[in-house]
Amino acid sequence: MTLSVRIIACLDVTDGRVVKGVNFTDLVDAGDPVEMASLYGSEGVDELTFLDISASSAGRDTTLDVVRRTAEQVFIPLTVGGGIRSVEDVNQLLRAGADKVSINTAALKRPELISEIVDRFGSQVLVLSVDARRARTESGFEVTTHGGRESSGVDAIEWVEKACALGVGEILLNSMDADGTRAGYDIGMISAVRSVSKVPLIASGGAGALSDFAAALDAGADALLAASVFHFGIHRIGDVKSYLSAAGYSIRTLNNS
Amino acid sequence: MIAILDYGSGNLRSAQRAFATTGHEVEITSDLDVALKADGLVVPGVGAFAACMDGINKISAAEVIRERTRAGKPTIGICIGMQILFSDGLEHGNHKGIGIWQGEVSQLDAPILPHMGWNTVEITGPTQLFKGIEKESFYFVHSYAAKKSVGTSQAWTTHGEKFLSAAEDGPLCATQFHPEKSGRAGLTLIANWSDRL
Repeated sequence: MTLSVRIIACLDVTDGRVVKGVNFTDLVDAGDPVEMASLYGSEGVDELTFLDISASSAGRDTTLDVVRRTAEQVFIPLTVGGGIRSVEDVNQLLRAGADKVSINTAALKRPELISEIVDRFGSQVLVLSVDARRARTESGFEVTTHGGRESSGVDAIEWVEKACALGVGEILLNSMDADGTRAGYDIGMISAVRSVSKVPLIASGGAGALSDFAAALDAGADALLAASVFHFGIHRIGDVKSYLSAAGYSIRTLNNS
Repeated sequence: MIAILDYGSGNLRSAQRAFATTGHEVEITSDLDVALKADGLVVPGVGAFAACMDGINKISAAEVIRERTRAGKPTIGICIGMQILFSDGLEHGNHKGIGIWQGEVSQLDAPILPHMGWNTVEITGPTQLFKGIEKESFYFVHSYAAKKSVGTSQAWTTHGEKFLSAAEDGPLCATQFHPEKSGRAGLTLIANWSDRL
């Protein structure tokens, strides 16, 4: 057997509630994060990601509590991202029960943060979150910030190469063009990032049809993240896994243990 | 009582919660006396081999693990906590491990590293740990591993190459994967381990 493809459910959390909107605006309340995490865990999701989009520090404290309560009940890997600016932020999240953290804007502003986190906690805790869109940069993909609203002027492929050299353990590639559209992952972007990185690659943004998941794997993704298609019950975790299994991909099945 | 050895290696809450599902009292400790006397000892570990060994050496815990093994008291190493039971670690140089098991821990020869995610095991020898969960998947996060057989029962996994993903050697057990992060299969493995306490 080989390493299974990972199916990851992402929960956008603000003030202790799960939200997910099309292209990060127009938020719709979709439930309690701890309950949803537990449900996805029992349905066989391979990993969970919480993205904290709280604007306030009170909201962030609530997130720490959500992480704590989730880690007490759900015994699968949990990644937390959003608003992480320092080694101490990472420390707090890991102590609350997160297994990995994802960083984005803070690393763009100060790339040394990557090596600081890796030196203290190891590469395996650090996911580089890249919110990218098609643009007229050298590779044709640029990095955005603030949930895709602002251009960073940084070429996405150059950024991935640099971050890998600094020691990130994994890349979460989110297409801001495709995010929330359910029109399919950005396949060209996945291939471009795969070709310059040797760390695991999580594809995110645009999952709609079951065939979209397979297309992202064929382009080189190791893991597939989705949010709204799961939250609104368009696909259950098991549907995606059955589809991929039938198509010949290695997936983790839940047996009766 | 199950003791989880705290030597500065990352988040231990998940391990504490997972081992507590067995019904045993679980204590996170860096007190060597508590670690020595506990019914079961868990040696966790994240980060680099050398950093973990520094942590172990700082609280002089290697002798406690050896002493427990001589006395037949159950100890389980997890992830880097498995790797440091070996004599040599080749991550960023050549570092001495605790050395209960002779052998090297070296980088996996695989196109994508770390080996991150769920993978299956192939068991050799009579296993207690994997009773009822031989066909299950477990959660791995690592780039280095041991590749030779130790103990009386072994689990093998392939990522680029075949490596030792678990070993049982009398009172001493170890898993390269994280049972505390491997869902129900992982909790079953933990329960199997705690059955001997």
